[in-house]
Amino acid sequence: MSTDTGVTTGAAGAAAAGERLLEVEHLTVKFPTADGLVNAVTDLSYGVARGKTLGIVGESGSGKSVSSMAVLGLHDPRRTRIEGSIRVDGQEVIGLSEAKLRRIRGNSAAMIFQDALASLHPFYRVGKQLSEAYAAHHPKASARDARRKAIEMLDLVGIPQPDRRVDDFPHQFSGGMRQRAMIAMGLINDPSLLIADEPTTALDVTVQAQILDLLGDLQREFDSAIIIITHDLGVIAEMADEVLVMYAGRAVEYGATRELLTHPEMPYTWGLLSSVPDVSGDVDARLLPIPGNPPSLLDPPSGCSFHPRCVHRDKVPGDLCTTTIPDLSPGGRGPGHLKRCHLADPERIYATEILPEIAPDLADGAPAAPAAAPTNKEA
Amino acid sequence: MFAFIVKRLLAGLLVLSTLVVSIFLLFWYGPRSPVQGLCEQRTNNRCTADFRAQLEENFGYNNPMLSELGKYVAGIFTGRDIQLGANTFVECSAPCLGLSYRTFVPAFDELVRRLPATISLAVGAAVIILLVGVTSGVLAARRRGTVADKALVSATLLMSSIPYVLFALLVYLYLNVINEVFPEAGYTPLTENPVAWLSGLLLPWLALGFYNSTQYTRFSRGAMIDALSEDYIRTARAKGLSSRTVTFKHGLRSALVPIVTIFGIDFAFLLAGTIFTEIIFGINGIGRWGLEAIQIEDFPVVQTTVLFGAIVVIVANIVVDILYGVLDPRVRIS
Repeated sequence: MSTDTGVTTGAAGAAAAGERLLEVEHLTVKFPTADGLVNAVTDLSYGVARGKTLGIVGESGSGKSVSSMAVLGLHDPRRTRIEGSIRVDGQEVIGLSEAKLRRIRGNSAAMIFQDALASLHPFYRVGKQLSEAYAAHHPKASARDARRKAIEMLDLVGIPQPDRRVDDFPHQFSGGMRQRAMIAMGLINDPSLLIADEPTTALDVTVQAQILDLLGDLQREFDSAIIIITHDLGVIAEMADEVLVMYAGRAVEYGATRELLTHPEMPYTWGLLSSVPDVSGDVDARLLPIPGNPPSLLDPPSGCSFHPRCVHRDKVPGDLCTTTIPDLSPGGRGPGHLKRCHLADPERIYATEILPEIAPDLADGAPAAPAAAPTNKEA
Repeated sequence: MFAFIVKRLLAGLLVLSTLVVSIFLLFWYGPRSPVQGLCEQRTNNRCTADFRAQLEENFGYNNPMLSELGKYVAGIFTGRDIQLGANTFVECSAPCLGLSYRTFVPAFDELVRRLPATISLAVGAAVIILLVGVTSGVLAARRRGTVADKALVSATLLMSSIPYVLFALLVYLYLNVINEVFPEAGYTPLTENPVAWLSGLLLPWLALGFYNSTQYTRFSRGAMIDALSEDYIRTARAKGLSSRTVTFKHGLRSALVPIVTIFGIDFAFLLAGTIFTEIIFGINGIGRWGLEAIQIEDFPVVQTTVLFGAIVVIVANIVVDILYGVLDPRVRIS
């Protein structure tokens, strides 16, 4: 893992002058358990600038949520070992006291969670929960101010009759409205960084599109940096400026969205693309699931953690895949596109072996459009 | 909501009427004469068949069963005069639950007389149970897995493993008899002397309260751990709320629902009479009264204590159901 500088600056695509709003460097998160140490996140580095969106993709247990919860310091310090550096607007988060963390949480950095029904308190009115988030960072605001702000935010996210619905309980909201309320709560203190953890997973397709549009609109309005965590490449293609693909707690591919989706260089990313159904695409295209299951983070595989599931490992000479962890380094497409793979010529394999399988209509000519058009893959 | 309460009350009435009839029948058709206990008590355990027959005649056990049951039930609503001897009548006003075979005082009057002692004991103990049990449970949940948590849970398990009779006896013996650490236990009416009321009940409260708080420690701890692992707790933390607000306002609020449920029923049982506590600490409450009534086969008193217990449990259940709606808006009935 010698490409540290390459990760943080090169991956930004644009050679960012100075620091981006969020800088995560060499983040390692481990959970000691009775069965041993769980390596949830290992040496992860990424960043997001204001007004930009980073998409983090990966299967369940790949460390997506764990890494973003670390940004808000939400892990129990007694049960977690965190190393590395996380800077939000220049402020180091790791090792920060609980009192100082609280000033960041929900204020300059906010998080919206999946499954808004479970993530909103069932016993408190929606407006109460929103105004509580406002009051937590505006101690001088009166209860009436906080309530007015809550109504204003509900209106902003498109809740009809916000002055009445503000007194509803979460169970009286529809699924889409709950997620909107969740977003309103995340944005109530004008955060410069918004982390959306699978914000559309539990929603139906039309509502999902509305929520994504809403996030995009709000981003333009507030110039926030957004991290969108998802396993839905359709959401990534629609929302993200950059994509980080995670596997077994590590970044395995990182680059600009269009670049990464059209020229993926890592077999795991190929697998993700192959398992997305394309409703508008070729009906002959095959839907290929990735064989096997994500590895145990208690006892990760030797070498490249993807090798037990990788169908291309025999194309790598020797036993490199099983013995050596590949570096996250630029591939054949320039410094803005990083991949963690031993394959010498991934682009050729993708063009000749993968693309014809998943999108035969694209395979003949030069790859033109993202293989994953905004589609509707629900978990 | 109103219809719901009415429905529950009607169901409760059904339970009560079934109880009234079945206890009545139990004594009427029981293996021994219903006045056997009374007879032995009157004759210093030298009850003769003649005297017993006379008592049966006096108390109406030679009349048809249904007519006596009718009289008994009617007495509950209208009151009645009960014949004791040839020319002796005792007035028993509504709600008449019969006369105690021991004192010949209307059982209901005796119940009312003893109620303050039992209520005082129950309320004081309940306060300790909730304060000690829930507080320690919440603290243990916040420090779960630590030495303090494990020590606390082990201590409560140890305490629960001691039979309550033994525990209360030891407390009485060591803290009141051998060492006079606490003022002498007993009951003085609050209206008579508040200081004596407080000092006399202090030790019984602590014994009953601490012993029963142990299960609340474990139960609240479990309920709190469940509540604190909910997604909305993570949301509350992500909003930047203080750890105290998260624990109490968001966590405890949810954990209260299961706690209130079992507390409602437990409090009903405390009110229905705490037999061991009342006997060991010499408090003339309902529990002790009921036990003594069983020992001397005092049918009207047994009937009265059982009915009282049933009413308390029924009311407690209804109150718990209403509280559900207050605590959890999702089950609120519009």
